[in-house]
Amino acid sequence: MLKNNRWINLAFQLAALLLAVIFTTLILLAAGAPPLEAYKNILMGAFGSLDNFANVLVAWVPLLLTTAGLLITFSAGLWNIGVEGQIMLGAIFTTWVMRLLQDTTMPPALILTLAILAGMVGGALWAMLAGALKTFGGVNEIFGGLGLNFVATALTLWLIFGPWKRPGVASMSGTVPFDDRLSLTVFTGLRLSPWALVIAVAAIVVVYLLLQGTYFGLRLKAVGRNARAAFLLGIPTWQYMMMSFALCGLFAGAAGAMQVVAVYHRLIPSISSGYGYLGLIVAMLVNYQALWAAPVALFYAALNIGSIQLPIVLKLDSSLSGVLQGMLVLFVVLVEGARQQLMKKS
Amino acid sequence: MNVELRNIHKHFGKVHANNDIHLNIPAGTIQGILGENGAGKSTLMKILSGFIQADSGEILLDNQPVIIHSPADAIHHGVGMLHQDPLDFPPMRVLDNFLLGRAGGLFPDRKTVARDFTRLAAQFDFSLDPDSYVDSLTVGERQQLEILRLLWLGARVLILDEPTTGISASQKEKLFETLRKLAGQGMSIIFVSHKLEDVESLCGAVAVLQAGKLVGEARPPFPTKKLVEMMFGREISLGARQAASSGRSVLELRGVALEDIRFQMSGIDLDVRAGEVIGLAGMEGSGQGAFIRACAGLTRPVGGRVVLNGRDLTGKSYHVFKHGGVSFLPASRLEEGLVPGLSLTEHFVLAEETRGIFIDRTAGHKLAEGRIKAFNIRGTPASPVESLSGGNQQRALLALLKSPLSLVLLEHPTRGLDIESVIYIWSKLKERCKQGAAIVFISSDLEEVLQYSDRVLVFFSGKVSKPLEASKTTVEQLGNLIGGKDWESLDLEKAHVKK
Amino acid sequence: MDTQTLIIGLAGVLFAAAPIVFAVLGETLSERAGVINLSMNGSIILSAMGGFAVAYKTDNIFLGFLTGMAIGAAVALIVAFASITLKQSQVAVGFVLTLVSRDLSYFLGNPFMGQPGPRLSSLSIPGLADIPFIGPLLFKHDLMTYFSFLFIFLAWAWIFRTRPGLMLQGIGERPAAAFVRGANVNRLRYFYTVLGGALIGLAGPTYSLSVKAGWNGTISGLDGIGWIALSITIFGGWNPLRAAFGAYLFALLQWLGLVLQPSLPGIPSQVLQVAPFPLMILTLLFVNIGNAEWVERTLAAMPEPTRRVTAKVLRALRASPPAALGVPFERD
Repeated sequence: MLKNNRWINLAFQLAALLLAVIFTTLILLAAGAPPLEAYKNILMGAFGSLDNFANVLVAWVPLLLTTAGLLITFSAGLWNIGVEGQIMLGAIFTTWVMRLLQDTTMPPALILTLAILAGMVGGALWAMLAGALKTFGGVNEIFGGLGLNFVATALTLWLIFGPWKRPGVASMSGTVPFDDRLSLTVFTGLRLSPWALVIAVAAIVVVYLLLQGTYFGLRLKAVGRNARAAFLLGIPTWQYMMMSFALCGLFAGAAGAMQVVAVYHRLIPSISSGYGYLGLIVAMLVNYQALWAAPVALFYAALNIGSIQLPIVLKLDSSLSGVLQGMLVLFVVLVEGARQQLMKKS
Repeated sequence: MNVELRNIHKHFGKVHANNDIHLNIPAGTIQGILGENGAGKSTLMKILSGFIQADSGEILLDNQPVIIHSPADAIHHGVGMLHQDPLDFPPMRVLDNFLLGRAGGLFPDRKTVARDFTRLAAQFDFSLDPDSYVDSLTVGERQQLEILRLLWLGARVLILDEPTTGISASQKEKLFETLRKLAGQGMSIIFVSHKLEDVESLCGAVAVLQAGKLVGEARPPFPTKKLVEMMFGREISLGARQAASSGRSVLELRGVALEDIRFQMSGIDLDVRAGEVIGLAGMEGSGQGAFIRACAGLTRPVGGRVVLNGRDLTGKSYHVFKHGGVSFLPASRLEEGLVPGLSLTEHFVLAEETRGIFIDRTAGHKLAEGRIKAFNIRGTPASPVESLSGGNQQRALLALLKSPLSLVLLEHPTRGLDIESVIYIWSKLKERCKQGAAIVFISSDLEEVLQYSDRVLVFFSGKVSKPLEASKTTVEQLGNLIGGKDWESLDLEKAHVKK
Repeated sequence: MDTQTLIIGLAGVLFAAAPIVFAVLGETLSERAGVINLSMNGSIILSAMGGFAVAYKTDNIFLGFLTGMAIGAAVALIVAFASITLKQSQVAVGFVLTLVSRDLSYFLGNPFMGQPGPRLSSLSIPGLADIPFIGPLLFKHDLMTYFSFLFIFLAWAWIFRTRPGLMLQGIGERPAAAFVRGANVNRLRYFYTVLGGALIGLAGPTYSLSVKAGWNGTISGLDGIGWIALSITIFGGWNPLRAAFGAYLFALLQWLGLVLQPSLPGIPSQVLQVAPFPLMILTLLFVNIGNAEWVERTLAAMPEPTRRVTAKVLRALRASPPAALGVPFERD
């Protein structure tokens, strides 16, 4: 008989991991690629040198920030797919403030702070747009959010090729990079900023406390699990939904801001780098528990960075990491379903 | 058709829902099955109709042992079941509902089917329009449709589960007449109910179930007192009626007009006084739902004024009403009342006023323990609400109410509960009245309405009666009124109505 | 614009809408049975890649179409298994499959990038094609466009006119009632999800072997179409005719965007390219806003005649989904 035992649960989760790896291996074989070679490449790409690992952490920051935000919307029962666009708007607002203030005499620290705050506001506003469509217009947040993502992409492209284009010729490489004094301090020789790390870790801690111990978190959970009952119990449902959108947007906007001030130092077309969708996957994988978000996000960031070398070394498309990341969640969901059905039978 | 059940056993986890049941129903009998909620009636009927399989035991139809795998299989054997909430497709047409499930060619021949339908309906004097949509029918009409469908499929045994709840007196009369006619044609009718009165007036034999066991059988004339004892395994006293106190007005409705897709009501005037209980009677969807939701501020009336404790709250939101001392307990406890996945403690914490930002877990736990004890809830502070039984969920909902309250609004407060919970819940509600709250509740159980109300409002397709004194009203009168009869006898000057 | 150009343009709209019609019909069947197949955006891309790859390797264009259908059916089977048998969230599984299928097609499709492949040839219907106006509009297309016309009618007739179609409505509306009428609810749900998946999968090769022939990885221009198709399904109110109308409307707007671009120099191309998405949000807004609580309150506060008219308009626009959409069925 299967008891609800944590060791058995762990065994099931390991089985899911194993199945995901087996499946990805089969796909590698189907593509005529050497699987071991590919995995080794990913591993080395992520952890082979201090430089590489620093890059993993650089990717970890925006991923953890978006995941933290998404834990809030998931808690309210919302599928905030629009998070991708919220990252972009964060980046756009940050770039905008930087452009406005870069030639002033303000101290760089102040400019950076204002720019990051502006990014957070931008993300929150874009999120509230999806929230308003949901709460006032009855438009499912999945469709509203997706539509807004495409609009955000267009907006980014338009800015890069239009009003903010480089002097001379506009290009996919983005806007003019900001002056060196206007980037977050980095560890010497690396692209990693300690400030970005601090902000990301603080974000996940705040979200953990918010969801675990506060009235706000409990109410949000009630709204997410049964909005109708929550309303009848006296919780202002739509305000809470809007707040959860806004909070998620703040974190996503912060992620976008980090991409600008700590990584690219300019606005580029793919500024969000898919961290929004990846954040959704991570949040699902940790089963919406804030505690596990940090290590799992680190693992996913490692896969992303590790696969960058694949096209050059093995002539494989780097989307392999996406396949593995998705497969993992897919199998975790399937194995969890199988476990529940087995438990019910016994 | 002769129906025989032998040694039927069924377990659900630890519960022995059917314990060695023997029952023989000769063709042409109307067999009543009595028992309170949770006695095992529904389980037994689900076994006979193929919804579930018995753990052990035998079913014999006309002395032939049969194994019934599914409801569709049951109807092949001639056994049809009419569920309490008729299992039909509300957004589809009557005719489509009728023909769905009958084997045939790719394209159903609607003309022939319509002819069959009209012929069958005429036979029982049912007036159903085959082209209308099921969601525009009353529960009684939906029952008629299901009966016709089952007969058309060749049912020789008809099982009816609590069919008299939510239908009018005249529909009930027609139903009983139909059942007698069918029995006369040699069909076996199994009539499942917890209403003694119905069983006594209709059935030729009665079997009583209690806690999964068949505890007795009887034939007419029925020994009423003994049947009650068998049903509950003990004597039950329902408690004496308490006189209405005539306190100050808690809620005043002045010329309120309400609108729904199906009806318009206007000119509703009512004073709800502190300490009184007002029962709302009517068939489901007759307007009482819209009425109670307007009293709660959940819907906005299209005209008139709603005044709570002297404050005009017309058009204000539910949360303003709630703040003003109104509480609303919905019918569907797990869908609208409680939050599945959250524990009892979390519910009590949610319902309390907040102090600060962080939740004090120990205080919450203590609060929950106290309430669980005070309301006699079978569960622990950590129990998720979906793990509680219906009765305990309803107790939990009552335990969530704030104090003091001016007005408690309830939809079907005791639907699906066992008699003990019903009595307990009403005792708690009456306590509220003594503390000065007024209660307005909807029920499709007319006896409950008359038993616990001081005044009664009757709803019929958007018409509202003037308040009736419960002590001067009978179940028959109420049954006629909810079916739209005898309205001219009422003095309608207060609630003049336009359709 | 002269009549000739207009007719060619409109014929192009019918041609370009064919894959969307397939996808929308597939999703409609699946959702009518109660299963949301949210993987559509990914499975269209994967079936486009797979269909192209097989047609390229075997030089058999019909094998390419079959492959696409098989891929769509296989992805739908995973959705069905996860939601019907394992009772997991349809949205979660569908969303993950969307991403996995998309990445998988970019990964496996790498060797076929930009290769010249086969392309479905056009097939004028003798006699009919010569009718003025109607001929060039309706009867000078390729096989897939004809199929798209046919399938709209077939799907509509199946759902609303046949006995199994009535049961299909039943299992999405009230599975318990369908069950007592003899339906094997879960088996039927599997069947329609997989069938719908095959139709969605047909959309892929209709792009890669016809409408946008070729495989170009991330710049194939297919990312996003599945999401549009999902919202057209809602706009279509789960009725094949209204859904097809939505698909044609979408294709028409895209074409108008192209035609109008030269005459609107002030609007950058990026804006016109994403124009369908805000439009999609707007249409969903119109279809859904009648369900919002504040609208009801506002309506109640309106004076009599205005209220009547507004309520009527909102009700006519509103589309209500099958009642058991996304709800697993268990026989007690």
